[in-house]
Amino acid sequence: MIPEDFTYFAPGSLPEVWDLLRQHPDDAKILAGGQSLIPLMKFRLATPAYLIDLRKVPGLDTLAERDGALVIGAMVREAATEHSQLIQRRYPGIHEASAVVADPLVRNFATIGGNIAHADPANDHPAMLLALRASVVAHGPNGQRTIPLDDFLVDTMETSLAPDEVLTEIHVPQPAPRSGSTYLKLERKVGDYAIAAVGVQITLDGDVCTQAGIGLTNVGPKAVRATQAEMFLTGKQPTEDVIREAARLAAAAAQPVSDLHGPEDYKRAMIRTLTARALREATQRARAGGVSA
Amino acid sequence: MTTQHVQMTINGQPYAADIEPRLLLVHFIREVANLTGTHIGCDTTSCGACTVLVNGVPAKSCTLFAVQMDGAAISTVEGLEQNGALHPVQEGFFEEHGLQCGFCTPGMMMTAVAFLAQNPNPTDDEIRRAISGNLCRCTGYVNIVKSIQYAAKKQREAQTAPAAPAEPAEAIR
Ligand SMILES: Cc1cc2nc3c(=O)[nH]c(=O)nc-3n(C[C@H](O)[C@H](O)[C@H](O)COP(=O)(O)OP(=O)(O)OC[C@H]3O[C@@H](n4cnc5c(N)ncnc54)[C@H](O)[C@@H]3O)c2cc1C
Ligand code: FES
Ligand code: FES
Repeated sequence: MIPEDFTYFAPGSLPEVWDLLRQHPDDAKILAGGQSLIPLMKFRLATPAYLIDLRKVPGLDTLAERDGALVIGAMVREAATEHSQLIQRRYPGIHEASAVVADPLVRNFATIGGNIAHADPANDHPAMLLALRASVVAHGPNGQRTIPLDDFLVDTMETSLAPDEVLTEIHVPQPAPRSGSTYLKLERKVGDYAIAAVGVQITLDGDVCTQAGIGLTNVGPKAVRATQAEMFLTGKQPTEDVIREAARLAAAAAQPVSDLHGPEDYKRAMIRTLTARALREATQRARAGGVSA
Repeated sequence: MTTQHVQMTINGQPYAADIEPRLLLVHFIREVANLTGTHIGCDTTSCGACTVLVNGVPAKSCTLFAVQMDGAAISTVEGLEQNGALHPVQEGFFEEHGLQCGFCTPGMMMTAVAFLAQNPNPTDDEIRRAISGNLCRCTGYVNIVKSIQYAAKKQREAQTAPAAPAEPAEAIR
């Protein structure tokens, strides 16, 4: 399959990227790993006239903790977060989400930044990063701003990035002591998008949950935050009864649509089951001392 | 229609051409460099028949533009054999009956070469995960796993022998 003709740029700095975006406000697209955009272009579902590749822009490959947050640069590949010791140890939910995106070959090029900027509700990172209360840095010619992920994700394939802004970094607050995170995905086989998936983070003080984050994948026009379930958990001991009720509330927040993978009520039931499992796992991780420095 | 100049190496040989930016890497390899060992199967990023190494990292060449590869070092199945001797991975597929129709084999082998450079002593399960982006419609995978284990063992033995070790692929960043 041959995409529509386009002009390709690989600028060496952000200011050059902004200039190109300003010159072509309606028909330019940023290219990161290309693993979402190139398939769309091959099907001619996307027909940008200009592609602006970020591969030569310096400073977009940070993967480190800095000033109380994990910083994931826009060009960090899924394979890097999948295999990073830091991520495996301190952000197991991100590790688990990376490991179920597409397949190992796609993950060698696909980026976390592209996974969020694409804003497909079927993408795996948005739900996990909602649970972790992440934000994104949008950098444009007039400076940079930090946008909570809740506000960044607007609708299906729509974000609050301005036409001349580039997503440069993702910031994930460092987990408090006695925190645990996990990502659970139901998929038919490797390479499939989620039928349903859930990302969770639990923080405990003693045995009381002081903060809960729950994000849901592919059961709405964008990744869904299960706000009622989060509020219900906060201030309570995560006993089996509490977990079951929180899972019920998360399923009620889901807005799935029936498709070849199953009817609405099936998907809602899967969200309930996955949420309960994820909450048990995250609680256990938090109790086990959670993340170590 | 505008064209753009690219240059890259494929199996160490330099290639340069003026191409349309929309030319996919797999078409550059097959139609500009005339190396038809790299296959096109699904053309939708699913099967891995088009797998090549980009600076040592395996990727699906049907889902990359050739212009993105300006300055890159590409490795394809044609580069595995050295001085008439099969690469240990090729030898493994031969010895362990790792192919039937052979359509998936070039991609499968390129994934295996890069994987063994990272993990020289894998479990069967680790091999299955590593090749989970490469589909085979013939073998049922059992003999492919055996073939890769054969190559792993052969490469480990070569490492302990005094001969020069194989060059490791560049780490995935
Ligand atoms: C076979 C297959 C299976 C897949 N399975 C999954 C899956 O299970 N789960 C999943 O989550 N995804 C899946 N994907 C989708 C894809 O792999 C991911 O979404 C990937 O992480 C996208 O990142 P990328 O770098 O390739 O983005 P690109 O394709 O380069 O870009 C995607 C979009 O984001 C924009 N963009 C990218 N970076 C920036 C930036 N820094 N600033 C502003 N805009 C930007 C681009 O303009 C484009 O619109 C699959 C893809 C394939 C081909
Ligand atoms: S042809 Fe590239 S993945 Fe199938
Ligand atoms: S040998 Fe036929 S597809 Fe693998």
